[in-house]
Amino acid sequence: MTTDSQYAPGSHPDLPPPASMVGVVGWMRANLFSNTTNSLLTIFALYIIYLLVPPAISWIFINSDWIGEDRSACTSGGACWVFINARLEQFIYGFYPEAERWRIDVSFFLLVALIVPMLMDRFKHKGWLGAVILFVYPVISFYLLAGGSFGLVKVETSQWGGLSLTLIISIVGIVGSFPIGLLLALGRRSKMPAVSAFCTGFIELWRGVPLITVLFMSSVMFPLFLPEGVNFDKLVRALVGVTLFSAAYMAETVRGGLQAIPKGQYEGAEALGLSYWKSMGFIILPQALKHVIPGIVGNFIGLFKDTTLVLIIGLFDFLGIVQAASTDPKWLGYSIEGYVFCAFVYWVFCFGMSQYSQSVERKLHTGHKR
Amino acid sequence: MSKEPTLAAPALKPSPWNDPVIRGYFFQILLIIAVVLSGMYIFGNTAANLEKQGIATGFGFMETTAGFGIITHLIEYSESSSYGTAFLVGLFNTLLISFAGIVAATIIGVIVGIARLSKNWLVARLAMVYIETFRNIPLLLQIFFWYFAVLRALPSPKNSVNFADGVFLNNRGIYMPSSILGDGFSLVIAALVIAIIAIIVMARWAHKRQEKTGQQFHTVYVSIGILIGLPLLALIITGFPITWEIPVLKGFNFVGGTVIIPEFVALWLSLSIYTASFIAEVVRAGIQAVSHGQTEAASALGLRAAPTLRLIILPQALRVIIPPLSSQYLNLTKNSSLATAIAYPELVSVFTGTVLNQTGQAVEIISITMAVYLSISLLISMFMNWYNARMALVER
Repeated sequence: MTTDSQYAPGSHPDLPPPASMVGVVGWMRANLFSNTTNSLLTIFALYIIYLLVPPAISWIFINSDWIGEDRSACTSGGACWVFINARLEQFIYGFYPEAERWRIDVSFFLLVALIVPMLMDRFKHKGWLGAVILFVYPVISFYLLAGGSFGLVKVETSQWGGLSLTLIISIVGIVGSFPIGLLLALGRRSKMPAVSAFCTGFIELWRGVPLITVLFMSSVMFPLFLPEGVNFDKLVRALVGVTLFSAAYMAETVRGGLQAIPKGQYEGAEALGLSYWKSMGFIILPQALKHVIPGIVGNFIGLFKDTTLVLIIGLFDFLGIVQAASTDPKWLGYSIEGYVFCAFVYWVFCFGMSQYSQSVERKLHTGHKR
Repeated sequence: MSKEPTLAAPALKPSPWNDPVIRGYFFQILLIIAVVLSGMYIFGNTAANLEKQGIATGFGFMETTAGFGIITHLIEYSESSSYGTAFLVGLFNTLLISFAGIVAATIIGVIVGIARLSKNWLVARLAMVYIETFRNIPLLLQIFFWYFAVLRALPSPKNSVNFADGVFLNNRGIYMPSSILGDGFSLVIAALVIAIIAIIVMARWAHKRQEKTGQQFHTVYVSIGILIGLPLLALIITGFPITWEIPVLKGFNFVGGTVIIPEFVALWLSLSIYTASFIAEVVRAGIQAVSHGQTEAASALGLRAAPTLRLIILPQALRVIIPPLSSQYLNLTKNSSLATAIAYPELVSVFTGTVLNQTGQAVEIISITMAVYLSISLLISMFMNWYNARMALVER
C-alpha cells in the first residue's frame, strides 16, 4: 500500500493542539464562552463586577483618607479611615482603663503562645498543654482581667468591651459549651430513659428558641431564680446563656458523629470489658469527634457571630462599640466605614476558622480512605 | 489480683452495686431528685423575689390596656388595645417577615447555589464570593448596615426618589399607591379563582395526555394566558372598579397610600441575603450528591441543560436538600428576632421588649415568647417531615 504522505501510518509525530484550544484563549473558550448562554452569562457577570468593584476600590483605597486627627482630615470624598484610626484603641479595649490595657494584651499573647504549639504537628505534649489551656489559663486570665487581687486594680466588667470582650465571650462560650455538649450528646443516647428524656428536652428547648430570648432570660429572669442578696454580674449571666445555648447545638453535632460509629465499635469496647466512660473516652469519642470536626468548627463560627447579640442586653462588644462610636456627634455620617471595618474583622476570624477546619479535616481524613 | 482464674461458672448475679440495671435506676433516681430539688429551689426563690418586688403574677396582664403605639400592624391595633392584642400584632409581624424572608432567601439561595456549580468560571467565582462574604459576617452587623448606613442615607421625603409617578422612596420607607376596590371587584376575584381552577384542571389533563400519547402541551404559556386574560376580561367588563390612592407629600411626610417601613426593608434584605448564602451551600451539596451518571444519562437521552436540571437533577437533589433546608428556614424564623435591635415591631421587640418593660412580668412573658418560638419550630419541622416523607415515597 502506498500513501502520498511521507509518514507510514501511525508514525506521524504528535502535532501541537490548535492555538485556539490552549493557553489563555483556550481556557477562555472552555470556561467563559463555550456557548451563547455562557457568553451572555460571562458578559452579565463582567457587568456586575464593573458595577461593584471599581467604585468599591476607589472608595476604599484611592479616594480615601488615612491620616489625620479628626473629621476635618476627610476631604477626598471616599472612605474616612481616620475615624477607625482615631477609635481603634476603643474598638479593641472598650472602656477598659488606659493604664491597665497591658493586662488584656498579656492575657491575649499568653493565649496565642499557648495555642501556637497546639497547632504544630511536631509538638509532643499536646495533652498537658491542652489541660493548661482549659484549666490553668482561664484562672490566670480571669485574675489578670478582673483584677482586685495580687496588687492589680479591680476593673468592673461594665468597663470591658470592644473586640476583647467579643473574644472573651466567644472563648468562654467555646470552652464551656464543648464539655457540656459532649455530656448532653452522650446523655441523649443513653439507655436510661430518665437521663435521655432530660437531655433531649434540654437540647430541644434551647434549639427551638432564638438566642435573644435566651439572653433576655439570662438578664431578666435569671436574677429572680437566685435567693435574695445573691447577684451575678451581667456579663456572667450573658456568658451562662451563651454557653448553654451553644452547648445544645454542640450536643446535636456530636450526636451526629456518635450515630455514624458502627455498632461493632460499641460492642467491641464492651467485649474488652471497658467501662462505659472508658469505652466512650478511648474508643467511641475519638472516632466520633473526628467525623464531626467541620460541624464543631461550624458551631464555633456560629457562636462567634452570635456574640454580637449581647449588645441587645447592653454589653458593648465589638459591634456594639462600633455602633456606639458611629453615633458620636464628632463622627456622624461615617457609620459605613465603621461597619465595613467591623465586617472585615469578623470576616477574617470566621473565614480563617473555616479554612483551618478544612485543613484539619484533610489531615485527619485517613481512616476511611480506601 | 493474685487469685488464679477459675473455670467454674461465674457468680450468677453480680453484687448489687455492680449490677448495671440497679446502677441505672440509682443514677436516674439521683437525676430526678436533683432536677426536682433545683426546680423547687428556683421556684421558691422566684416566688419570694416576685413578692418582695411587688410584681404581679399570672396572665391577667394580657387583658390590660397597652397604651403604646406600634408603627405597623396587620390587625386592628391602637393605643387602647390590650397587651394580648399587642402580642398578636408582634406575632403576625414575626410571621410576615419570616415568610417574606423565606421566599426571598430560597429564590436567591437556589440561584446562587446553582451558579456556584456553573461551568462558567466567572459565574461560579462570583457565587463563591457571595457565599463566603455574607455567611462570614454576623447577621446583626448586616442588619445595622442596611438600616443605618444604606436606608438612613436615602433622601428625605421632600427629595424622595420617584418611580412611575406614584412610588416614592425616601428615608421614611417606600410609599406606594394603595388600591381602593369598587363595587364590581368581586367579579374580578371570582374570575381569578376560576382561572386558577381552570389551570389546575388543564395541567392535569395535559399531564395525563402526555403520559398516554407522549404529546407535550404548552402548559406554562397557556396558564399565564389564562391567569392574566380572565381577570383582565372581568376588569374590562366591570369597567375597572379600582381607584388608586396615590401618596401625597404633606408637610414633612407623605400621606395616604401604602408604606413599607425601612425597618422591614432592612430586616428583609439582610435576613434573605444572609440565609441565602447558607441555602446556596445546601443546594450545592444536594446537587453534588446526585451522581454524575444521571447528568450523562440525561444528555444521552438528548435533554438540554435546563430540562436536565429541572427534570432529572433537582427532583433527586431535593431529597438531600430538604432536611438542611428546613433547618435554615427555622434559623431564619428565629433570627427574625434580631429585629428588636432596629425596633421593627415583631414578637420579641413588642412583647419581650416593650410589654416586659411596662409590666415587669418577666417569667410569664419570656415563657410565652419561648413557647411561641418552640411551637413555630415544631410546626415547620412537622411540615418539612411530611414533605420529606412525600418526596421519599417517589424513591424506588
